[in-house]
Amino acid sequence: MGLHRRRPGRPGGTATRRRGRWALALLACLSLLMPLTILAEAPSPPKAEAGSSSPDMDDRVRDVASELRCVVCQNLSVADSPSDLAKEMRNLIRELLQQGKSREEIKAYFVSRYGEFVLLEPPKRGFNLLVWGLPFAALLVGAGGVYLVAKRWTERGHQAAPPLDPAYAERVRRELKEREGPSGS
Amino acid sequence: MSWKKALIPLACVPLIILLAYGFRTDPKAIPSPLVEKAAPGFRIAIYDGDDLFLAGLKGKPVVLNFWASWCYPACYEEAPLLEATWRKYKEQGLMMVGVDIQDKEANAREFMGRFGFTFPNGPDPGSKISIDYGVYGVPETFFIDRQGRITYKHVGGLTAELMEEQVRAILKER
Repeated sequence: MGLHRRRPGRPGGTATRRRGRWALALLACLSLLMPLTILAEAPSPPKAEAGSSSPDMDDRVRDVASELRCVVCQNLSVADSPSDLAKEMRNLIRELLQQGKSREEIKAYFVSRYGEFVLLEPPKRGFNLLVWGLPFAALLVGAGGVYLVAKRWTERGHQAAPPLDPAYAERVRRELKEREGPSGS
Repeated sequence: MSWKKALIPLACVPLIILLAYGFRTDPKAIPSPLVEKAAPGFRIAIYDGDDLFLAGLKGKPVVLNFWASWCYPACYEEAPLLEATWRKYKEQGLMMVGVDIQDKEANAREFMGRFGFTFPNGPDPGSKISIDYGVYGVPETFFIDRQGRITYKHVGGLTAELMEEQVRAILKER
C-alpha cells in the first residue's frame, strides 16, 4: 500500500500535471546529457567479443587473458586492454580454448611468440627469482639489523657504571666537605 | 672492527651490479624468441593477387615486413626503402612480402599506390600472422633465410645500411 496513484479529476490536477511535465522535460534533458557522461567515463574493461559462446567461455578467456600482458600497452593485461591487438589476442585465446587447448598450452604459445615478457607475472626461476626473493631477503636482513641494534641498546642499559677512579672520588668527597663545612657551621 | 666497516661498501656491490645491469638494458628492446628458429608458416591473401604461402617460398630468402597505413611516420619513411630493395634484389631471388595489419583496405591501397609497391602485400585479418610472429608494433621486419629460418628481427623503421646488411646475409646463405 505504499504506492500512491494519481486520481483522475482530483482538485489540483493541473498543478500536478505541470509538475509532471517539468519532470518529463528534466528527464529528457538528462537523457540528452547521458551520452556525454558515458563518453567522459574511463574506458571500461572490454566486453565479450563477437562470436562469444557462453558466459563460461567468456570467463575462461578472461582467466587466460588476465595473465598475459597487452604488448602494446603500459601495464595492462590482454583482458583489460581496449586495444585492437589485445582484442585479436582474446579472439585467438577463445579459438584455442574451443580447440581444446589448456590454459598452460595457450600461455606457452604466447611465450613462444613474444617471450616471457608476455607473462604479467614472471616465472619463478633463474634470474627472475631475484624479483621474488629480494624483497623477502631485504625484509630478513632488515629484521636482523633491527634485532641486533635493539639487543645492543638493551645490553648498554643494563651495564654497571664503570668503577670510579679512587683519587677522583677522594677529591670529590673533599671538595663537598669543604663546601658543606662553612654553611653547616 | 675494520672488517665490519668494510661490510657497508661491500653490501653495495651487488646493488651497483644490479643497477648497472638495469641501466644498460633497454627496456623497450625485447628479444624475439623466434630468431634462429623456423619462421611460422602462413597464408596471406595478396591484394589483387592469389593466396601466398610461406611454405611455397622455401629455398628463397624472404624479407617479411609488417606495416600499416596508419603507422606514421615510421612506415612512410621505410616504404621507399622496401620497394627499392625489392627492385634491386628480386632478380637474385629475394622475396619480399608485406603484411598490412589492422588497416582499412582503401587506406592500405592508397598507401601502396603512393609508394608504388610492386611486391606482394596483403591484409592480416584477425592479426593471426602478426600474433604468430610476436609482432607488437609497426613497422617490424623479419629476415628469413633459404632454409626458412628467421635470422634477424628489426623493430621500427629500417635504415638503408641495416637493410643492405641483412639482405646480403640471407642471400649469401645457401
